[in-house]
Amino acid sequence: MADKCRVRITVNGVAYDQEVEPRLLLADFLREDLDLTGTHVGCEHGVCGACTVLLNGDSVRSCLCLTVQADGAEITTVEGLGTVDNLNSLQQKFREHHALQCGFCTPGMLMTATDLLSKNENMSDEELREGLSGNLCRCTGYEHIVNAVRAAMNE
Amino acid sequence: MSKSSDGGIDLTRPKIIGAPVQRLEDPRLLTGHGKFTDDVKLRGTLHVALRRSDHAHARIGTIDTAEAEEMPGVVGVFTAELLDALTRPVFATSKMKDYHATPVRALAGGKVRFAGEPVVAVVAQSRYLAEDALAGIEIDYTPLEPVVDPEEAAADNAVKLHDHLPGNVLVARRFGVGDVEQAMGDAPIKVGGRFRFHRKTPTALEARSYLADYDQGTRALTLYASTQVPGIVRDALVEVLDMPGSKLRVIAGDVGGGFGGKASLNPEEILVCALSRHLGRPVKWTADRVEDLISTSQSFDEIVDAELAVDQDGTFLALKADILGDVGAFSIYPWTAALEPMQVAGFLPGPYRVPNFSANVRAVATNKAPMGPYRGVGRPISAFVLERLVDMAAKKLAMDPKEIRLRNFVKEEEFPHRTGSGIVWDRSGFTECLERAADAINYPALRKRQAEARADGRWLGIGIASYAELTGIGSRLSAAPGMPINTGTESATISVDSSGAVTAHFGIASHGQGLETTLAQIVAEEMGVRLEDVEIVQGDTSAVAHSTGTYASRSAVIAGGAGTLTARTLRGKIIEAASHLLDVDMADIDFADSLISARGTNKTMSLRELARAVYSQMGSLPGDIRAKVDLQASEFYDPHFGTTTSATHLAAVEIDPETYEVSIEKFVVVEDCGRVINPMIVDGQVHGGVAQGIGAALFEEVVHDVTGQNISATLVDYVIPSAAEVPSMEVHHLDVEAPSTLGGYRGMGEGGTIGAPAAIANALNDALSHLGVEIMELPMTPERLFQVISAAQDGEAESS
Repeated sequence: MADKCRVRITVNGVAYDQEVEPRLLLADFLREDLDLTGTHVGCEHGVCGACTVLLNGDSVRSCLCLTVQADGAEITTVEGLGTVDNLNSLQQKFREHHALQCGFCTPGMLMTATDLLSKNENMSDEELREGLSGNLCRCTGYEHIVNAVRAAMNE
Repeated sequence: MSKSSDGGIDLTRPKIIGAPVQRLEDPRLLTGHGKFTDDVKLRGTLHVALRRSDHAHARIGTIDTAEAEEMPGVVGVFTAELLDALTRPVFATSKMKDYHATPVRALAGGKVRFAGEPVVAVVAQSRYLAEDALAGIEIDYTPLEPVVDPEEAAADNAVKLHDHLPGNVLVARRFGVGDVEQAMGDAPIKVGGRFRFHRKTPTALEARSYLADYDQGTRALTLYASTQVPGIVRDALVEVLDMPGSKLRVIAGDVGGGFGGKASLNPEEILVCALSRHLGRPVKWTADRVEDLISTSQSFDEIVDAELAVDQDGTFLALKADILGDVGAFSIYPWTAALEPMQVAGFLPGPYRVPNFSANVRAVATNKAPMGPYRGVGRPISAFVLERLVDMAAKKLAMDPKEIRLRNFVKEEEFPHRTGSGIVWDRSGFTECLERAADAINYPALRKRQAEARADGRWLGIGIASYAELTGIGSRLSAAPGMPINTGTESATISVDSSGAVTAHFGIASHGQGLETTLAQIVAEEMGVRLEDVEIVQGDTSAVAHSTGTYASRSAVIAGGAGTLTARTLRGKIIEAASHLLDVDMADIDFADSLISARGTNKTMSLRELARAVYSQMGSLPGDIRAKVDLQASEFYDPHFGTTTSATHLAAVEIDPETYEVSIEKFVVVEDCGRVINPMIVDGQVHGGVAQGIGAALFEEVVHDVTGQNISATLVDYVIPSAAEVPSMEVHHLDVEAPSTLGGYRGMGEGGTIGAPAAIANALNDALSHLGVEIMELPMTPERLFQVISAAQDGEAESS
């Protein structure tokens, strides 16, 4: 086992200063060390997008990112969006449009959509679908997800 | 204004059933507070990593685990030797004649039968450390000839997978009606050929995950499992672990999709339970994606030789098929190897009148992961084969594909109709679905546009697929042929507790369908309470005495029926108690929106007040009444046979003549799923099913090389469709006639996947018809399109 490294990472506004193994994936750091299990691991090879989080405002796959690479970064996970009693507008649109079924891909889908919406004011459906195409969903057929993100964009 | 269930107009109450209510499960899932199995954290949990077989077929020699045992954090390294001593093997039995069962064991012993079969389990303090130790295991294998090709596997002289069986054919059956050979011989027109549907894997986004927690004090074991069938798993574990059901509880919390891949008993479920009991600690295993792609049950792997005979006017005369299902290494528990190929045969006659029918079915074992249920089970293949045959016949007759279907559908006056395979269709909108789909897509205009596109050299095709399926299957039929497990009944228990809260317990197990919402809608409306006042307990074997789970498009019909009956019984008790407490006739009690009132008075009562009076205020009710109005009820529902769900899918596709990329321009679904409980959820189910059907038609294929290695074990190689490949769809619902199921519901969770592959295959064929191409194989990847087009063009060049 390699020596542990010190990392200082802010997650959802909370500052952490911890020792981690250099090989620890960011996804496992969030899920196992911080108990933020909203970030899901779907493939561990960067295809499905379920583990997507924001790193300094950009969407990244936390299964392809080592914790030490995130040293000094600000991370936002799904737990940093709205709450059960106070969903944010994108989460609310997902609910209104039935954009989730099993909910496993949903956190990653929300983080990718958050990134997309923060950088693009007006996307065509084709651009929206292209923007979401790095996040796989096996339940919804995407129609309702596209509707929800479009509704959030138009709000 | 809405229609009440007795047909009258009820102006007094807003209806909950039929309303697009927002899902009750969403807030937790949207905020990262869902509890999937891998999210469950128990103090002292140990983690399993599995050394899986590198060989498709080999004898296991010595296994050296010494180095692994010394590695950091390792608690133990286990092989079949110990696991076989800790557990009893379980077999998927069947009443079918000449069926051969194979054992389900935690770890392979003696022999490995597919590349990816678990052989050695490392238990360590963390998953990282457990995986490190896998490298310290040496297994001495003697390779055996891999059995990969299903036709070779079925031959008499084939190498056998299971030494104790006569061969690799695990079940063979022939059935039908009429005299097919005679009818075929006399028929003026025959079409047919060999159809190939390649192997798929369900690929739920959440890979399988199990956490077993053995309590040494109470000698009770709880298994947290990403499963669709906690009841089936619990009952199997009772045998495997030799423990009473009262000490065994299986909890399927939030489950990240299933689609059939989580509907069977898996070796890893047995493994974590046996190890947790052995070690006295919680033991967790979660599949990574590669493990999921190589070891979760696979599906739809069939070769079908089929022929359809038709008369000059397009009337179907006879249909015959020879079906060979490649069921992989084991007969899956509890469904058996018969499930998938038998279902292909069973549903092959489709929604049509087919007077003469015969099918010969074989399920053959090969060195691949076992075949299990996947959304649609067999029926995507039936629909692909039959609907292609129908289009081939139409082409030969120069008849429109829509017309030939309308001529042969079972007609309104012919219901109930018994098909040649013995399935009975109750009235369903076969004709209406096709007519409505053609209207929705503006079929004549689309055909005109196609002609224009063709003139411009574009490859635009239109494909129709109509199908019928049986859903909500009751106890008189078996979800899988000959299976000794009853899947046809459900019970529900609903109580009002001492605080006035309503809790409804069910045996089903939602894994994305939103059953917490739809069952709450049924209970709320039938009982007279507000939706938000109903708590649904499901996915937990402690909820009801007997349960199986959610599969086979059964839960809305059967659990919905049980919920309806139970809610009505409990409503009666509440009204009876209220009539005594408010001192008015029962007929004068109103109970709606969780409020009890005495009509014509200002007397009202909340459920909390009623519960307090019944449970706590002794003397508030006469003794004989108190005994009658205990505020709980439990009822049982059995639809006996089940009901028909039908649909037509209509697809317009365009193939790029340069790249062979397929784009789906339009996709319309019109389906008859009876009374809709929540239209938003029904649409979502159709969309998701169609997306999986699109994957099956164009992208997804589990590929094995000649040595039996799975060479599609990443999501880069096993391609599931993304938002860029799935088109926007149009879905319409018909409610042609209420079926006899309680509440008038039909099951509809699987249908999307049944119709879409056939519709796309027909559309591709139509797009290429001028080239003389016949689409006989799925998925039609760009590479396969290139091959069939090249072959057709070569053939043309040779003949000219």
